[in-house]
Amino acid sequence: MAERFAILLLFLFVLPASVSPARAASAPAPMMVGSPAPAFIRPGLDGKPVTLKSFSGKVVLVDFWASWCPPCIIAIPELIGLQKQHAGRLQIIGVSMDDDAAAAKEVAGRFAFNYPLLMGDAKFGHLYGGILGLPSAFLIGRDGRIVKILRGEQKPGELDRAIRSALGS
Amino acid sequence: MHRRAFTGSLLSLLATAPAFAQSGSAPTIPEEALIQPVVLADILKKANPPPLLQVGFSVMYSEAHIPGSIYAGPTGTEAGIEKLKAAVRNFDKSAPLVIYCGCCPWVRCPNIAGAWRTLTGLGFTQVRVLYIADNFGADWADKGYPTAHG
Repeated sequence: MAERFAILLLFLFVLPASVSPARAASAPAPMMVGSPAPAFIRPGLDGKPVTLKSFSGKVVLVDFWASWCPPCIIAIPELIGLQKQHAGRLQIIGVSMDDDAAAAKEVAGRFAFNYPLLMGDAKFGHLYGGILGLPSAFLIGRDGRIVKILRGEQKPGELDRAIRSALGS
Repeated sequence: MHRRAFTGSLLSLLATAPAFAQSGSAPTIPEEALIQPVVLADILKKANPPPLLQVGFSVMYSEAHIPGSIYAGPTGTEAGIEKLKAAVRNFDKSAPLVIYCGCCPWVRCPNIAGAWRTLTGLGFTQVRVLYIADNFGADWADKGYPTAHG
């Protein structure tokens, strides 16, 4: 009962504020290594809420992508493989920067995603210091702080190395 | 395993290919049509700068764009091309006009070549294309050139 009430409150008060198409009017604060990772709660493409907080204690990779970004699409099988390989210790979250959810859902249907996908927007981009080009990804350590910012197309093995380093393995 | 992953990526990319093929490739734009960010930033400091059109994605435009630029995209799609045509309907075809995208690296951009081809096809004679090598963040905003948000 209490759980249902909490979910109701989430959908009534928290989600509307966080999912409304947003146009941020001022420059975002820059995101740096060592900064606390900005918290968020958003509905996933599957309708279930995705919160950064729910993955505390794990290494988290927030991957900004879009259906129109070829390097982002190329990286998806590698991300799925990394999520499988480090299950339990790593959590990848895919944030689509597509203009509409239909394009992201089309890509979601093409791959066997084993990590949650959600829709981003300008407000979400600003939360992470401004996503002014793709691909962009933020690796968050177990302490909830940004440990690495990966911008642009990564060299083969770069993502794996960064994740292993954050996992301490 | 690696071969399967590679094949999967290739197939996925091919599935996306029609949208990209529609707009062509940015490197097909003649070099003389390109304008470097430093040159445009200087032009923008002067009076009466040329009209600017952002032909990429609306989320990216909302995040950051060149002040005064009009959103007219994404020109990698038919709908975006129509939006671009509507945006320039009353423009002087013999006057300078600057277009830009910056969603992703120049060679990967799905929008810019289609926009350039559309405008030149419409008879615009002074279309300049902002050369963004990597993305709008790295090649414009991070250089300290003016940006607007929203």
